[in-house]
Amino acid sequence: MAKIISVEEAVAMIPDGATIMFGGFLGCGSAHHIIEALANSGKKDFTIIGNDCGMATGPNGEEFYGMAKLVHNHQVKHVIATHVGMTPDVATQSMVDKTLTVDLIPQGSLAEMIRAAGAGLGGVLTPTGVGTIVEDSPFCLGKQTIDGKDYLLMKPVHADVAVVNAHMIDKFGNMWYKGTTRNFNTVMATAADLVIAEADNLVEIGDIAPENVVTSGAFVNYIVDGGKL
Amino acid sequence: MEKSEIKGFIAKRVAKELKDGDVVNLGIGLPTMVPAYLPEGVHVVLQSENGIIGTGAKPTADDAEPSYKTDAGGAPAQAAKFGCYIDSATSFGFIRGGHVNATILGGLEVDQEGSLSNWIIPGKKMPGMGGAMDLLVGAKTVIVAMEHTAKGKPKILKKCTLPYTAVHCITKIITEMCVMEVTENGLVMTEINPEFTVDDVKAATEADFTVAEDLKDMTA
Repeated sequence: MAKIISVEEAVAMIPDGATIMFGGFLGCGSAHHIIEALANSGKKDFTIIGNDCGMATGPNGEEFYGMAKLVHNHQVKHVIATHVGMTPDVATQSMVDKTLTVDLIPQGSLAEMIRAAGAGLGGVLTPTGVGTIVEDSPFCLGKQTIDGKDYLLMKPVHADVAVVNAHMIDKFGNMWYKGTTRNFNTVMATAADLVIAEADNLVEIGDIAPENVVTSGAFVNYIVDGGKL
Repeated sequence: MEKSEIKGFIAKRVAKELKDGDVVNLGIGLPTMVPAYLPEGVHVVLQSENGIIGTGAKPTADDAEPSYKTDAGGAPAQAAKFGCYIDSATSFGFIRGGHVNATILGGLEVDQEGSLSNWIIPGKKMPGMGGAMDLLVGAKTVIVAMEHTAKGKPKILKKCTLPYTAVHCITKIITEMCVMEVTENGLVMTEINPEFTVDDVKAATEADFTVAEDLKDMTA
């Protein structure tokens, strides 16, 4: 059963230099309260894994939406993502300042590489990226031909910490997602040593019917009652 | 043709490629104009790779919930009544697994081998491929909808010079000048805009291509 902790306690569990996965797609479905507290903590040298790095400007005018805060504060030394174009700080810090490095991975491959880590698989064979510069990625272990078709062997992606979010989380840690917020949260909740889930609404056990639980609380170590977005 | 008419003209022709019930993923920009030109009685199932199968009408400002429901560009979106929300692994299983009938997207460069480059100009910006590489590999039909040239320079080349998004993936190229199909024997121009001659197309194209014996009018 997951333990309920404060956002400060959650941040205290994440050390400098940690590899952290963040759920969310351009900030939609990200654990905004934990990210905010992490941004204010001054901790640094993170490797962050996510679909993207949030957005420089959020949908309601938020400045540095989602992971963009951590990048803007120079708390990140390495990014593993599929798309970082909405966060110009990434290009500046990697191409001009040279203080940040980036590994770009196709979106479907990254989702499956994280899933593989959480599902005990040694890698993913995908046709995506064949003939492209993905073949040169440190995450690509080579090409294999199966029944005449070429595939890339991609490594599993695991993290020290996964910071995930759901609209409704019960006190066991069971998660139910609203709208398009599932995105990378579901796979990330399975693929880290420490899983911290931020609830927009913390509810009682039984409030989410077993049929409607998307991520079992068995994957979750700690719950933060983030409150409404 | 007026510059302002080009995108609508291309989108209108692309719409004819889609059949009732097709599952379609649209890239950003011009491709998002295609549904407006679907013939009467043709309804497609739109997919958004961030997690919707069966994307509905764009929500009104009052209904929009951008903290919870967006499209792959981060803009407010919602599932249709018949649609559903899915996670990223499921979404890309759906895409790679061949369950998307057609993807329509723009291109910086395409080449006569049916390869496409549209995700990065090295040294200029750092965007990322996002879901484009998976879509090109997984969709049954790949339609590149783009202007024939960029600042007067050909975009349909013998070989792409920019990093590939995917190789040997394109089914059809649709521009304001013509329709080209990628075949085992190279590019074949199957339709032409009657405003242009075959020589006009040749002058605006670097790639080698042949002209179909029954070359048709793409506006017909």
